[in-house]
Amino acid sequence: MKTNTHFAFFDEGSKKEIRRAILKAVAIPGYQVPFASREMPIARGWGTGGLQITLSIIGKQDVLKVIDQGADESVNAVSIKKLVQATTGVKLTERTQESSIIQSRHRIPEVALTEGQILVLQVPMPEPLRPYEAKEYQTKILHSEEDYSGAWLMLFEQIMKYGQTATGADHPVYVNNRYVMAPSPIPRFDNPKMHQSEALILLGAGREKKIYAVPPYTDVASLAFDDYPFAVESFEGKHCHLCGATNVFMDELIDHSTGETIYQCNDTSYCMERLNANVEAEVEENHV
Amino acid sequence: MYEEPILSVRNLKKQFGPGCHQCNQEHDKGLEKNYCPNCGTVYACQDISFDLFPGEILGIVGESGSGKSTLMQCLYFDADATSGEAYIHDAALDGQNVFSLSSQKKRYIRNHKYGMVYQNPVHGLKMNFSSIGNIAEKLIAAGNRNVSEMEGVGKTLLENVHIPLFRMKEAPKNFSGGMQQRVQIAKALSNNPPILFLDEVTTGLDLSVQANVLDLIKRIQRELGISMVVVSHDLAVIRMLADRTIVMLNGEIIEEGLTDQILEDPQHAYTQQLVYSLL
Ligand SMILES: Nc1ncnc2c1ncn2[C@@H]1O[C@H](COP(=O)(O)OP(=O)(O)OP(=O)(O)O)[C@@H](O)[C@H]1O
Ligand SMILES: [Mg+2]
Ligand SMILES: [Zn+2]
Ligand SMILES: [Zn+2]
Repeated sequence: MKTNTHFAFFDEGSKKEIRRAILKAVAIPGYQVPFASREMPIARGWGTGGLQITLSIIGKQDVLKVIDQGADESVNAVSIKKLVQATTGVKLTERTQESSIIQSRHRIPEVALTEGQILVLQVPMPEPLRPYEAKEYQTKILHSEEDYSGAWLMLFEQIMKYGQTATGADHPVYVNNRYVMAPSPIPRFDNPKMHQSEALILLGAGREKKIYAVPPYTDVASLAFDDYPFAVESFEGKHCHLCGATNVFMDELIDHSTGETIYQCNDTSYCMERLNANVEAEVEENHV
Repeated sequence: MYEEPILSVRNLKKQFGPGCHQCNQEHDKGLEKNYCPNCGTVYACQDISFDLFPGEILGIVGESGSGKSTLMQCLYFDADATSGEAYIHDAALDGQNVFSLSSQKKRYIRNHKYGMVYQNPVHGLKMNFSSIGNIAEKLIAAGNRNVSEMEGVGKTLLENVHIPLFRMKEAPKNFSGGMQQRVQIAKALSNNPPILFLDEVTTGLDLSVQANVLDLIKRIQRELGISMVVVSHDLAVIRMLADRTIVMLNGEIIEEGLTDQILEDPQHAYTQQLVYSLL
């Protein structure tokens, strides 16, 4: 088999076309721009949308971080990293603050993103109105007329069924006061991080062939009824059993020796970094 | 009796197809019923004009294919009229042909001025959403963002149309045809529209259920004073509900007047046939 010789896998024409879609997405915050999604050497539904964005914007000086549900070492994250590095030779990192591009599935890192960074989110279902209206032609009209009754109705239904908005993830947001957008299946906990984000956020759906964006310093508001305010998952009174962090998104685990429920940072690199810092502090203390 | 109509329709036309040199003529179109044998264009509504007065029920009767549903769809903006005008007598809309308004303004009219009950409940309801949610949908569309308020309105309406409240979270797909029509009516009434369109609401229902739905419509008109356009191919339904009646045939109005008068002394041969078959 002949190896691919293009920098970042794609030929320049393909990259340009994807970049054009990205530029349009940035120009119209929250609007889903169709693009000619390409065949990738990983299966669709495994982040091909995000990967195509990453490959078309990455340059030799970039430093890439890839996470899957908060973890840098998951099989998916690793295979994406391998592919990008093999075709670009860029530096990889697990440290959020060191990276210039972060490709992520289902999370926004705990370390606040800053100007100049780009967060690429993988999106399985870009259309927030899809469960309400099956036809793409119709949802396009609804967006163009800013008719978001359907998005509100879905929240209403959840409240009727569960007594609260039960979006575990992918809670719809209003972007720049104009388009209702699926933020990708990030927990509600991460929604506020999109509001006035210093970093550019790009979202890519490979199977559905859509790219959309939240440019830096854009208003992003989670949909909520007057009498049911938006609320993030609460970890009040909980802390990470490894690093002691509070106010972060945590996974719930069972301690097999005691049978107790314990909590742990979902963002593994954040946790690791805190652990290392703790160790350093201890070492320093012992040396004093 | 009445001062000013709440809705005036003038010269409404709806055709399916481009027309040809033969049927494009103003007169002598050479149609077979509503259909041009030369090019296949269907003239579903031809030059329909009428007024709807505050608080009245206007009946529209006509055989299958006479253009009743097409007329309703044009009025409710589900379909674009080919030409013609409609005026809603309302401070904000007076003097404006509503067919020529922007889609946003049309949506405003649908959400605030109109209610629609479709012949087939599939068109009026989200079959997989809860019944209370279906009612909320219309309130949400009209700008409401308060859950408890919408739940309150929805419950009152469902009780009003005799849907037991313990079933309000069920999806209409689990309901009988009569119940579905009653949920549709509750939904159509949710934001107190001054104008309500009802297209063959009792077709396909059992006779006892029909009577039930007709009673409900009568009661709504009495209690809320909503102006209604009631479409049916069944003269019995029209006789029970409508104050005035329009008779349509092949896309045209062939007769109109007080319902009692039309029933007692039909003028047009077609209406005579219709009336005598009812007796
Ligand atoms: N989308 C369409 N394309 C072509 N012709 C159509 C279309 N919709 C309706 N028609 C035609 O327009 C005419 C009027 O139809 P319409 O459905 O309005 O009749 P109706 O009076 O409501 O009949 P029914 O009593 O059966 O409901 C019919 O000849 C129908 O075949
Ligand atoms: Mg019909
Ligand atoms: Zn931790
Ligand atoms: Zn013709």
